[in-house]
Amino acid sequence: MRLHSSSVAERGRDLLRLPLKTNRDVVAARQAVARELKARGARPIRVTRFATAVSEIARNTVLHGGGGSFAVFLDPASGYLMVECRDAGEGIADLDRAMTDGYSTGGSMGRGLGGAKRLADRFEIETGPGKGTRVILGARL
Amino acid sequence: MSGVAAINLVENALLVSIQDDVTDTDIIELQDTLSQRIALEENIRGVVLDISALEIVDTFVGRVIAQLAGIARLLDAQTFVVGMRPAVAVTLVELGMYLPESRTALSLTHALAQLKRG
Repeated sequence: MRLHSSSVAERGRDLLRLPLKTNRDVVAARQAVARELKARGARPIRVTRFATAVSEIARNTVLHGGGGSFAVFLDPASGYLMVECRDAGEGIADLDRAMTDGYSTGGSMGRGLGGAKRLADRFEIETGPGKGTRVILGARL
Repeated sequence: MSGVAAINLVENALLVSIQDDVTDTDIIELQDTLSQRIALEENIRGVVLDISALEIVDTFVGRVIAQLAGIARLLDAQTFVVGMRPAVAVTLVELGMYLPESRTALSLTHALAQLKRG
């Protein structure tokens, strides 16, 4: 999976940027993205779906990535509300397996990554052993 | 414990309202606390989790609720989840989470009535 958009320079100013270090930060991130969606008139089902996807990915950043950062921005081309979670952790060695429901290295259910991909309107991931992980999620407005 | 309101004992059931700012740590602590109380206090027949304040239930919170329901069942108590928002139900199904050990009820009144019937 390759990113085809949104280097920091192209995407312009972030609407907000938060640290992702603790599980309280995960709550702050999902609540912030829910606020941003509601402020743009998103319906409850869309808010819940996307905020759930963000919660899954943000938790991965904290638990598996050793912490990182969270940013919200608008994609000028599509008008989507976008979220980026990135860390400088170990990265994911076998992405295909990690995306499969039921596979987990962290003692969880292993539904997080695949679930987030299903719940978001856009999903992109860049990762690899020793490269950290960067996930971009997008919500159609 | 933030993220979780006080635990109240009503008619042999432990009632808890989970708040929207609940963290992973809070929900694990809640699971421990409720398990202890079911085991140690006499005549507790049920646990009622009010999740009406929750805008999201992700795989972690869903898994802890499912585990709590499993623990409670082993300790001869039933777990009811009440107040689930429609958007949360839709999302849980998309995540493949069906909370099999817990029963859902539309309101606290319904949950308590079902507990009385046994």
